[in-house]
Amino acid sequence: MSARIKWRRFVSNFMLTLTGLCALVSVSVLFLILGYLVFNGGKSINWAFFTQLPRPVGETGGGMANAIVGSAKLLMAASLLGVPIGFFGGIYLAEFSGSAMASVVRYAADLLNGVPSIVIGIFAYSVVVLPFKDFSTLAGAFALGLMMIPITLRSTEEFLNGVPRYLREGAMALGASKWKTIASVVVPAAYRGILTAILLALARVAGETAPLLFTAFGNLFWSQGWVHPTASLPVMIFTYAVSPYDDWHRQAWAAGLVLLGLILIINILARTILSRGIAVPRS
Amino acid sequence: MGSRSFLSRLRDGDEIARLITMVFAATVVLITLLLVYELWTDSSLARAKFGFHFFVTRVWDPNIDQYGALPFMYGTLVTSVLALLIAVPLGIGAAIFLAELAPPRISDTLQFFIDLLAAVPSVIYGLLGVFIIVPLMRTVIFPGLNKPLGFMPFFKGPSYGVGFLTAGIVLAIMVIPYIISVSREVLLSVPRDQREAALALGSTRWESTWKVVVPFAKTGILGSIFLALARALGETMAVTMVIGNVPTISASLFSPGDSIASVIANQFTEATGALYTQSLIALGLVLFLMTFVLNGLARILIVVTTQKGSGVPT
Amino acid sequence: MKRLAVLAVGILALGAMVWAGQNALLINGAGASFPNPIYSKWFDEYHKKNASIQFNYQSVGSGAGIKQATDGTVDFGASDGPMNDEQLKGFQDKHGSAILHFPTVLGAAVPTYNIPGITGALNFTPDALAGIFLGKVTKWNDPAIAGANKGVNLPAQDIIVIHRSDGSGTTYIWTDYLSKISDEWKSKVGKNTSVNWPVGLGGKGNEGVTGLIKQTPNSIGYVELIYAIQNTIPYGTVKNSGGNFIKADLASVSAAAAGAAKDMPEDFRVSITNAPGKTAYPVSSFTWLLVPAKIQDTAKRDAIKGFLTWMLADGQNYAEGLYYAKLPKEVIEKEKKAINNIQ
Repeated sequence: MSARIKWRRFVSNFMLTLTGLCALVSVSVLFLILGYLVFNGGKSINWAFFTQLPRPVGETGGGMANAIVGSAKLLMAASLLGVPIGFFGGIYLAEFSGSAMASVVRYAADLLNGVPSIVIGIFAYSVVVLPFKDFSTLAGAFALGLMMIPITLRSTEEFLNGVPRYLREGAMALGASKWKTIASVVVPAAYRGILTAILLALARVAGETAPLLFTAFGNLFWSQGWVHPTASLPVMIFTYAVSPYDDWHRQAWAAGLVLLGLILIINILARTILSRGIAVPRS
Repeated sequence: MGSRSFLSRLRDGDEIARLITMVFAATVVLITLLLVYELWTDSSLARAKFGFHFFVTRVWDPNIDQYGALPFMYGTLVTSVLALLIAVPLGIGAAIFLAELAPPRISDTLQFFIDLLAAVPSVIYGLLGVFIIVPLMRTVIFPGLNKPLGFMPFFKGPSYGVGFLTAGIVLAIMVIPYIISVSREVLLSVPRDQREAALALGSTRWESTWKVVVPFAKTGILGSIFLALARALGETMAVTMVIGNVPTISASLFSPGDSIASVIANQFTEATGALYTQSLIALGLVLFLMTFVLNGLARILIVVTTQKGSGVPT
Repeated sequence: MKRLAVLAVGILALGAMVWAGQNALLINGAGASFPNPIYSKWFDEYHKKNASIQFNYQSVGSGAGIKQATDGTVDFGASDGPMNDEQLKGFQDKHGSAILHFPTVLGAAVPTYNIPGITGALNFTPDALAGIFLGKVTKWNDPAIAGANKGVNLPAQDIIVIHRSDGSGTTYIWTDYLSKISDEWKSKVGKNTSVNWPVGLGGKGNEGVTGLIKQTPNSIGYVELIYAIQNTIPYGTVKNSGGNFIKADLASVSAAAAGAAKDMPEDFRVSITNAPGKTAYPVSSFTWLLVPAKIQDTAKRDAIKGFLTWMLADGQNYAEGLYYAKLPKEVIEKEKKAINNIQ
């Protein structure tokens, strides 16, 4: 074997090992992050964290119960805005529209998807907070809901398009009208993918902080109803992390663990649902 | 469809369904239009007053109502470029491994984990940045680089811990998943015959990868870089927690600075006076335009590559 | 069937959560981080006594407090830099009525630092402070600092200056003081809640600055006294106009306010930095609640007036425990009357 070939083989093995290292490094970052959060957050999680309200500045103890509920309310309201628009809009794109309208809608959705979250926050402030003269859960939910729309829209369209023709044709051959076909055959066939998309969209906005800074504001107490300010987990993490109080740092880690844990669980759930396969085989 | 009367078509449920879903779809377009409109009109004062000077003025002083975007554009660009310098080699390397070398099961599993990494929210990265990376920078990395290389302007300055490089490192971790997952997809879409032809001609695995497959996919990989860049530009929380929050333009990587998203997050709720607020919104508009262009380019590049690979005429 | 059950549980959970917020009256305030420790204590105590009233105060900086109060997105604001005439006019034009200042406590902005090995109080002359924050005094062992601290082993390290990144009343107090003692500062930088800092790093809120100082060796910054004490970081003395190096404490801060108390203007806007007197701490200040003179919602109006009355009486007793000085008697009397101006 000539020296040249030996060299080339060596380079090949070396470079490929290097790429393996790159992959290893990238994946280990995830475990490092989880590790730190579990280590620092794990020892700070206690019953008080989940059930108590924040204590005055400088006093130890207390918890983030209101932030947890606040985040849940925000996500629920955000879904009420983002999911229907994305879902029905996606149905329109996949089933009813002509190509011109479809392109416009898709383009708008992609544009919306690329808007930095802080700019969404500015928009929500101008459109909801200022006119109503109040920071509110609704304003925060509006911002988050906007961010959910593009994800649910594109995914709904994609999964509906993935439903094979013969299903639709079979239904129509039996005399079903178009909307009946969609409601009873096409959507159920694609529901796994759509559900996945909704879950992923939720996971995406659950951790968003920037848009909440000018909309949900923050609340030391339980948030009441929907038109008043509310505490939320991401904003609390931010506030506590940049503060000088060790007790607040401890709580920030705990909150980080809870938040990331939730997001990862949703993600894993969503992807498992999807990987179990679409309900009917593709043709 | 024929010329049925509107009412008769209406009674047919399909038309109603079409109208209802069309309203929802139209809402998306309307909201997006409204957003762009608001950004444009709510920054009109600033745009009128500063014009293009906005982009080249260094001074940001609410005291004298003078606002210039330059330090923030600088900070945004520097941190993003630093992030790419770290993330691109790592990301492409990892993508090559996942697409070319790893057996499919391992490739999918690792990709699963990479997708989870992409799901970690910005504020968590900020948390880790503040408590882990900043002290590391201050005690290990800065002295490590400053001692030997301190004569170069890039490595000068006191050891703050926060600064451009810290933000760049945090951003790099955040954008790696995007580079990996998109590059992996475009690499996988390169037709088998390309690889096999190279191998048949006697090239090593690496040579066929680096000299044949990657160049074939290079537009798509470039697209993934643009996508990552767009993500990095708009990042707010992780950056604002580790960049130092001072509108500075400095060659030193260790200098504190500020980015567009970060200054908006910090100052928007306290901007008294119309010009101040509108200047911040003008900054938001600038950021929006930057990400808009990059995302658009990215999409075109990625689509072109994957279609090329699957033989669909572009 | 299963889906219906899930839906039902979901709706019940939602209902439970909405119910979880009590039907208390919620009053939102935003502003200064300078008095946040005492405000959060006050609002907590007040809520214990009046369970149906919740004061939700967010420490976002005086600048944000002024803006949010002017926009009307919060019910009251808080600031340690009084609103200037332009801002007052802005409020008047927007709402058709005035916004009133109510002093709450007296506090001090102290120079705190983190120098490895130094745990005691350093002495700072006005020139030293101006020089540090102008970026002209760059090392800890500079004669400007060493001259006042004979016998202290100051390191030959770079000074890392830390200031506020957000609009801050504490910044206003600090720059107000620096403008009074340094012409160069006055012309180059000026006094405001947000200035163009010549050097240094920015932290968000008193909290952020304290956090940065704690983590950054050889740093110096300015924070409200309680933040330095609660986080056990050393803070220095400042030479006052009478020539003495004074440490910030209840006595020295009260001394600074003594003169102003007698000549308090009707709108309560006054600066007491660099106050005359041998024992006055030179970087002291009142801090104010910003309350609109006209409040539409009668329940909120009465709650706010009730709180202010409580604050001037029982509330003052909590101040000293957190190292804020009580308001001078004359000021309290004047304020009690001013509460009636809230309609």
